[in-house]
Amino acid sequence: MITKRIIACLDVRDGRVVKGVQFVDIVDAGDPAAQAARHARNGADEIVLLDITATHEGRATLLDTVRRTAQELFVPFTVGGGIRTAEDAAQVFEAGADKVSVNSAALKNPQLIDDIGRSFGAQAVVVAIDARRDPEAADPVKQAQVYVQGGRKLTGRRVVEWAREAEQRGAGEILLTSMNTDGMRTGFDCELTAAVSEAVGIPVIASGGAGTVEHFVDVFGRGKADAALAASIFHFGISSARSLKEELARAGVSVRLPC
Amino acid sequence: MRVTVIDYKAGNLTSVVKSLRHVGAECEVTEGPAVVASAECIVLPGVGHFQATERLDNTGLTAAIRAAIARGVPFLGICVGMQWLYSGSTEAPAQSGLGHFGESCARFTEGTEKIPHVGWNSLAINPASRLLKGIAEGSHVYFTHSFRAPVTADTAAVTHYIEDFAAAVERDHVFGVQFHPEKSSETGLQILRNFLNLSAEAVR
Repeated sequence: MITKRIIACLDVRDGRVVKGVQFVDIVDAGDPAAQAARHARNGADEIVLLDITATHEGRATLLDTVRRTAQELFVPFTVGGGIRTAEDAAQVFEAGADKVSVNSAALKNPQLIDDIGRSFGAQAVVVAIDARRDPEAADPVKQAQVYVQGGRKLTGRRVVEWAREAEQRGAGEILLTSMNTDGMRTGFDCELTAAVSEAVGIPVIASGGAGTVEHFVDVFGRGKADAALAASIFHFGISSARSLKEELARAGVSVRLPC
Repeated sequence: MRVTVIDYKAGNLTSVVKSLRHVGAECEVTEGPAVVASAECIVLPGVGHFQATERLDNTGLTAAIRAAIARGVPFLGICVGMQWLYSGSTEAPAQSGLGHFGESCARFTEGTEKIPHVGWNSLAINPASRLLKGIAEGSHVYFTHSFRAPVTADTAAVTHYIEDFAAAVERDHVFGVQFHPEKSSETGLQILRNFLNLSAEAVR
């Protein structure tokens, strides 16, 4: 039976793991390679490294970080942040990533999804969507809006429609982050996740809001997520993928328990 | 053990080479048939579209691999590299596979489940399998694919997603895995070690 994936996410700036609360306050949480290895050992099914370095010099640091992180990692490894061209993606793959996550660059130039997919396969392209409910819309969930620049800038695209286009262009997975719940530890946006998961035929990774085991049970059930991303829940020794999965298994969720 | 890894420009070889090295292999990556002629054992990775295997035919690699297998050189196909061992795939009907296994690969049956099959799924292991020796029944490995091979007498492990399909296949010194051992944590690394050990025995 296919299991629900628990994905550890490392937000990295200037080669160090950081985690923002609603993308603003940033706290240092260590070395990415060491953190990734620790999460994989503890049973994380996958590692996502999101580079939030804005500067040009940061690019070289990122490739070095990816190389060091990939070296001893034998679970799927996704890298996102600052990938603007197929050439950027090629460098990240060369450094050892299995998938790239594209966000604002794909919104600016949707052809990027087709281009990376054609060269590296659809399984290697994750389209990340930063979503916020539209309180003014008749249906705030189905008409949720796509944001960029860390949730600051509105794109004018609807989340469900953009997810469908990404799939048609050859995305292999959707990484859906709710700006409403991100960093709040109050639970995933299950309604929004379910709306996207039902609209596409590719896996949807839910992100934003993990705080308790119950939140994961909820997003895998009601939220119809195929995978869930956790960042803050794993940092600072609050919880490990292993203990999370043991509790999920007890709650009847199919998960891979580490040896 | 020296492993010849075939590069036919279908996706990224970094992970496969890295994990083979991690379990002690010496890797040579090649795009040409001449190196295959002197290979001790061969790994054919592959992600993406079955049509990409056309390049194996055009570069003479298909003929070189066929000859190597006939000489008894151990072979491991991963993902599309496993599917290529069959006669073909409905993904690219005009493109032939090696035909070492006579059946053909097809897309998962459409229904309520998502296609592709992405994630960690469990193995029901044929106890006679040499490639999966020592791997615990029900172990999870990482898959990402939309096409699959049927379950036959040569199937080394069965996985269920929508329907039963061949997660691993083996006959004599020819092996294939639909999943990605290089991305399947300790279980995957053990399978790669098993392949190296089987290859070392074949050389002796």
